Amino acid sequence: MSVSASARSEEEVSASPESVEAVREGLRGVGYLPGESTALVSYLATKLGKPVLVEGPAGVGKTELAKAVARYLGRELVRLQCYEGLDEAKALYEWNYRKQLLRIQAEASGTGWEAVQEDIFGEEFLLARPLMTAIASEQPVVLLIDEIDKTDQEFEAMLLEVLSDFQISIPELGLVRSRTHPIVLLTSNNSRELTEALKRRCLYLWLDYPALEHELEIVRLHAPELPQTVARRLVEVVGMVRALDLKKPPSIAESIDWARALLLLGVDEIDADTFFETMSVIVKHRTDMDVVAERVGLKLGAPADVA
Amino acid sequence: MSPEGLPARILELAEELRREGVAVGTSELLDAFAVLGEISWTSQEDFREALAATLAKSQEDRRVFELVFERFFFRATELAAARQGITEQDAASLGELNEEELDALRAQIAAALREGAEGAMRDLARMAIAAFARRQEGSGVIGVDVQRIRRALGLRAEPQPELPPQDPRHEGLPREALRRFEALLRRELERAQIERTGSLPPARPLGELDRALPSGPLADLAAVHRVVAQLRRRLATQGLQARGHRRHAHVDVRRTMRASLQTGGVPVVLKFRPRRPRRPEIYVLCDVSTSVTSASVFFLSVLHALHDTFRKMRSFVFIERISEVTDIFEHERNFKAVSERIASDAGVADISGYTDYGRVWSEFLGDVEDDLHPRATVIVLGDARTNGRDPRADIFAQIAARAGRTFWLNPEPRLYWNYGDSVIAAYERYCTAFECWTTAQLEDFVRALTRPVIAAAR
Repeated sequence: MSVSASARSEEEVSASPESVEAVREGLRGVGYLPGESTALVSYLATKLGKPVLVEGPAGVGKTELAKAVARYLGRELVRLQCYEGLDEAKALYEWNYRKQLLRIQAEASGTGWEAVQEDIFGEEFLLARPLMTAIASEQPVVLLIDEIDKTDQEFEAMLLEVLSDFQISIPELGLVRSRTHPIVLLTSNNSRELTEALKRRCLYLWLDYPALEHELEIVRLHAPELPQTVARRLVEVVGMVRALDLKKPPSIAESIDWARALLLLGVDEIDADTFFETMSVIVKHRTDMDVVAERVGLKLGAPADVA
Repeated sequence: MSPEGLPARILELAEELRREGVAVGTSELLDAFAVLGEISWTSQEDFREALAATLAKSQEDRRVFELVFERFFFRATELAAARQGITEQDAASLGELNEEELDALRAQIAAALREGAEGAMRDLARMAIAAFARRQEGSGVIGVDVQRIRRALGLRAEPQPELPPQDPRHEGLPREALRRFEALLRRELERAQIERTGSLPPARPLGELDRALPSGPLADLAAVHRVVAQLRRRLATQGLQARGHRRHAHVDVRRTMRASLQTGGVPVVLKFRPRRPRRPEIYVLCDVSTSVTSASVFFLSVLHALHDTFRKMRSFVFIERISEVTDIFEHERNFKAVSERIASDAGVADISGYTDYGRVWSEFLGDVEDDLHPRATVIVLGDARTNGRDPRADIFAQIAARAGRTFWLNPEPRLYWNYGDSVIAAYERYCTAFECWTTAQLEDFVRALTRPVIAAAR
């Protein structure tokens, strides 16, 4: 890490957080309530300059974490959304063929081959894609590589160079080294085993659905007007729904949406009726709705069950 | 533990993690030390999280890490304490408990479990040990003692309707809390043992059981579904993994020729045969005699959850005779309901309850003889324990000869194969046998089963 450490600008070092506590407060300040390990790992990532591999079920705020870190550190967020068939041209850089062609035509006669060749492989004709942008950026950025498990192994192998040395080699131009040190977050839904080589280069963070109290805090942060009792009940119900065997368990964002929906409706208690009317906010599959209506609806129906 | 000793401790911890199958490389260790330079060691939480972030790189590894970390530092502190002769104030001052006080203790523990109060649970675990260790002699085996105490306390996950409704045990206790309480009991007992003997008992490897397929009758439903969901997602992404093998693709001559017409007969663009995932026809035969029931039902539900991966699927269960259960799985999604229905009305005629493989083969062959063809796959799940009866491997050979592929899944570890009445060797000559007692092994098998093949490669 010596190369990258020396590449850090003075400014960035001063902007890096002092302690785990500072990170926790900072993330809180930008509207993200980190769990114990989340704050710690984010802090370590800024300190050590290692990429973080964030895994966990869909909807626990993996992407949101990257956004929050960027907001907190006042850095720009560069996002690379991965998908099946993503290749280097889409992730690293691409030559701007049209512009090159125009250039050649514009100086069609008179110029020699050498001169044109020198000319059209310059930075002017380079289309920077997210990875390139992140590395070449003047200001330090936060690089989010989202859903890395959607790409194939070849792409992962290519990422290794970028992640360990923060440099990209372009045959025509030479090596592009990072001027600043980006904070890299990779997210994965664990739909495929990532290669050992990639994991070895990362810190690992497993995000799970938050505990009841923690989620309550999150909901209250985003919908502060919602009465305490309703919020607590809401979080309990979401917990119940998640415990069922569903195609898509409700995410944290959906609990927040639900809280806002209830707020709009002016609900002051979650009973079976309100639940049935609004459950489409948190349950989004036909079959899931049946299951949820059957299991959770029953429990809500009996007021004696309220703990 | 002195600070100078810490690097050595961390290396020992890493060594222990490796022994449990977590891949800890040198670079991970370097990271761990770098990380420890950044945080304060006084917060146990931070210390553990920091090590976990660098040493355990998957959810599974993380779970192992938690267990190993717990055990490792527990042992390290206990050893140090034993060396320096520090003992804990024993809860012996409780004296003899009468029935009433015992009942109060029971209720207190049950209430703590309901609320999941960790601190209270720890204290109560000690009191329980002190109370019960005196009444009945400890067996000396910690696992046995834990279960004894738990039973004496009447702590169960199932509802106990005979108790009054205000008793916290009436509706059954949360399984998670029960497990934690048992862990606390175990730990306190271990602590007491170390104090008594002044030395550490030998370290046991984490039971493989921890990571095994559900085998008990109380198979954890949620775990089963998690495995299935995971499997399904992984299988769904398989098409993608096959893409790297393009170089093995076969040229489709006809389509290449046709495409070449555009370029005046010069085959500029090569056309390849598409790689189609194998959608096998599957016949599953599952032993459901008591020794392997859970594994069988679990396996069947996995296959049925994946049924759209297969062209056609028929499943049979057997003990002495066979019985088709394809319908049950089509109509029931619930794992528990399926096991109950198989037990109640699959009608496998278990007069003796002993597996009769010879009879099973001949009945199976009679049932599906005309349907079997080289594209069919037969999967047998069983422990191949014949109870001394004739294995009739000759009929099995006929089945294997008619089917394209034959697999045998044995839920016993390979170590036990061919011991006692296990005759797997007799069948293994005609089929491919897999040991299959952890979810990882099962996943490997399902992957092998659905591996894509090049269409019409021959």
